[in-house]
Amino acid sequence: MDLNYTPEEEAFRRQVRNWLDENIPTSGLRGFDRNADRDKSTLEKMKIWQRRVHQAGYLALSWPKEYGGQAMDPVRQSIVNEEMVRTRAPALIGAMGISMVGPTLITWGNDEQKARYLPKILTAEEIWCQGYSEPGSGSDLASLRTRAEIVGDEFVVNGQKVWTSNAHFADMMFCLVRTDPDAPKHRGISYILIDMKSPGITVKPLVQMTGDRGFNEVFFDNVRVPRRNLVGKLNEGWMVANATLFHERNMLGSTTTTQMLFNRLKTLAAATMRGGRPLTEDPVFRQRLADLEIRVEATKYHMLRQLTDSIRGRNPGLGAWVNKLVGTELNHDLATAAMEAMGDYAMLARDDGHAMDRGFWPYEWMFTLGLVIGGGTSHIQKNIIAERGLKLPKSR
Amino acid sequence: MDFGLSEEQEQLRESARHFLAGECPARKMREIALDAAGLSPELERKMAQLGWPGLIVPERFGGAGLGMLDMAVLLEECGYAAMPGPFLFSSAIAAYALAAGGGDEINTRWLRPLASGDATGAVAIVEANDGLAPSDFAATARTAPAGAVINGMKMFVPYAQSASFFIVAARTGAGARDVGLFVVPANAAGVKIRPLKALDLTRRLALVEFDGVLAPPEAQLRGGADLYERVLSAGAIAIAADSIGGAQRVLDMAVEYAKVREQFGKPIGSFQAIKHAAAEIVADLEPARALVWYAAYAFDALPRDAARAAAMAKARACDVYSRAAGKAVLMHGGIGFTWEHDIHFWFKRARLNESLFGAPPYHRERVAALGGY
Ligand SMILES: Cc1cc2nc3c(=O)[nH]c(=O)nc-3n(C[C@H](O)[C@H](O)[C@H](O)COP(=O)(O)OP(=O)(O)OC[C@H]3O[C@@H](n4cnc5c(N)ncnc54)[C@H](O)[C@@H]3O)c2cc1C
Ligand SMILES: Cc1cc2nc3c(=O)[nH]c(=O)nc-3n(C[C@H](O)[C@H](O)[C@H](O)COP(=O)(O)OP(=O)(O)OC[C@H]3O[C@@H](n4cnc5c(N)ncnc54)[C@H](O)[C@@H]3O)c2cc1C
Repeated sequence: MDLNYTPEEEAFRRQVRNWLDENIPTSGLRGFDRNADRDKSTLEKMKIWQRRVHQAGYLALSWPKEYGGQAMDPVRQSIVNEEMVRTRAPALIGAMGISMVGPTLITWGNDEQKARYLPKILTAEEIWCQGYSEPGSGSDLASLRTRAEIVGDEFVVNGQKVWTSNAHFADMMFCLVRTDPDAPKHRGISYILIDMKSPGITVKPLVQMTGDRGFNEVFFDNVRVPRRNLVGKLNEGWMVANATLFHERNMLGSTTTTQMLFNRLKTLAAATMRGGRPLTEDPVFRQRLADLEIRVEATKYHMLRQLTDSIRGRNPGLGAWVNKLVGTELNHDLATAAMEAMGDYAMLARDDGHAMDRGFWPYEWMFTLGLVIGGGTSHIQKNIIAERGLKLPKSR
Repeated sequence: MDFGLSEEQEQLRESARHFLAGECPARKMREIALDAAGLSPELERKMAQLGWPGLIVPERFGGAGLGMLDMAVLLEECGYAAMPGPFLFSSAIAAYALAAGGGDEINTRWLRPLASGDATGAVAIVEANDGLAPSDFAATARTAPAGAVINGMKMFVPYAQSASFFIVAARTGAGARDVGLFVVPANAAGVKIRPLKALDLTRRLALVEFDGVLAPPEAQLRGGADLYERVLSAGAIAIAADSIGGAQRVLDMAVEYAKVREQFGKPIGSFQAIKHAAAEIVADLEPARALVWYAAYAFDALPRDAARAAAMAKARACDVYSRAAGKAVLMHGGIGFTWEHDIHFWFKRARLNESLFGAPPYHRERVAALGGY
């Protein structure tokens, strides 16, 4: 065990910090902006921001160089993540590409697919969305019914996806389709990449409880997709899908958001007067705050442990199964504590003139609950930990 | 940047788990726990042969000179076994106090035999009001011509009954930081030990009176309040490590049982209520383990964050252990409520761990204060 960074890593950290200090946009984008609506101008600003991070060499540090990465070890990536938290850098619009489909293509894609898609993920020229869930298939994802038939060297896709985040502005979708309806449900699924501008695709935005258009219904009516857009083998998409889910759950369980939320909660509590003293001096709230801080720190070291395992080339074991469950629930608990801290002001909508902290928390409180559901609910995470991790018998 | 155990630490863990499975299985643990002394001389001797008592003792006093993380790895396994005996209190806490604050004379007299397994030390800190701040203490050490005279009554002293010496915390003045640690032989004139009945059968507790006990100058450990706080941190980390091991054990017991016990025609482990309870223990436990490792590492290597890290680890590990133990008992149904079933030993040990060296609320308050809020 050695938590010291090498002099080179320390120098790298200073360099990242300086760069962020000088380059974080001062207007337009708010740090840690969760607004999912993404009007055209915000979207454009966010793409520019990502592009600049990429040009500076601070994006996808562990990806191979030929695809726009830096071929560095994961420690550098974690340094960048930490500095982004510290400086409250704006979110990356291409996160689903960078953290989900990108790593999946690196493992499962062929050379042509890697060369075609990976660089544009980083430059934000192509924004991705995830077409997994359907009206009849959420937790039971493998029951999905969107059909893809092979006609010549194309897939012809018919069906519907739902809850598709970002589909209203995405350029590409990684999508699960049924290619063999007669096979057992896990063995007839394929993983394909669909151009969102293809004829036959209709995107209908759905309004989330936050009031934003964060996710969508996506309809497919004889949509033609070239066969070369198949990732992995035909009918073996379930394995590929799970690779993406694994990356997604790590992204959702990422501790950078968690630390950012805790810092903001602490600032809020210190600035909030209750009974003539700051809330941080209220013995009950102090206990709660400390308990949250302890959980935040525990997840931080838990992730460092997994980072070390990955550098050492070791299987992280049971630990990796809990990231999504622990991280998303902790984020929601942090936001819930902030709502309590705000007292009656928690009743105000985020755009009311009297809203505290510019309406950040009521939104965050809802958004974080959405992530307890998205990517596989907490119930499903617990099933997975018990059945795959602890080998308890399946109920079915 | 490397946050993981070394190969040697992995080996220590493996060999400890193997040793304790053979020498201190549940059957043996129960036997020792129900015996009056609450320790097995045979087991203590075998541990001494492995060099465990001297693990963190400097080499020049016959120890292995290892650090708190190595000790935490070992204590996790002791907690897994619910191993009865003074080991944690003597070899992790008293040994640290002596190594950090004792002069050559006192360490030759006590630390060397501690390392070889020929002596054990007990730490006597809290009193009837169970506070940990020096201002909570009534026990005093008054300067006298031949050293210091100690007067006071210490409560809840783990394994006082079998100790060769005590490390006693006493006030050395009226200031908030006027506290000293003194080494007192168990057979010194004026020391009286009155056993208490502990809830946790795998530990022994006693009330110890110090009535005009004379401590020569070399018996006062160097370091005053700073050393006292370090010793509290060592205690917190040691108990936290034991707790992680205990939580792992109750989880393993419950999961194993859930795979074989059948109701409604199938293993109870196929019911989601049981699965989710088990998964929640895992989700609590895995991050808590990383936190305990961090605290143990920080204790040796990151002085600036060591106290806060120890407080975090203690609060979290104890919460996690108690919650896990409660869930695990429930997962066993009626059999888990019996004296015959072993799980109550861990259930009660979790509760004792909560109290020892500061309960979770005390440590959360410390985390807040040290974190600047
Ligand atoms: C904010 C947000 C963003 C999303 N973004 C995307 C996206 O971009 N792409 C995409 O494909 N999907 C997305 N989703 C969909 C998400 O993956 C699903 O909502 C989720 O998997 C649950 O499926 P469902 O909504 O059909 O609920 P259901 O599966 O119908 O679940 C309803 C309830 O039943 C419980 N349940 C179901 N099965 C079990 C079981 N076996 N054991 C115990 N409890 C069970 C669930 O936990 C839940 O509480 C998003 C969802 C949200 C909330
Ligand atoms: C203090 C005490 C006093 C008692 N006194 C009496 C008495 O006077 N008379 C009498 O007849 N009995 C008595 N009992 C027995 C008591 O009713 C049973 O212990 C209880 O019903 C559980 O049954 P079990 O012990 O066989 O556990 P099991 O049924 O084997 O259950 C083991 C675990 O599996 C869980 N489980 C089992 N089935 C399911 C399911 N379908 N879904 C989810 N979880 C499940 C249980 O909740 C439990 O956590 C007493 C028990 C105790 C602890």
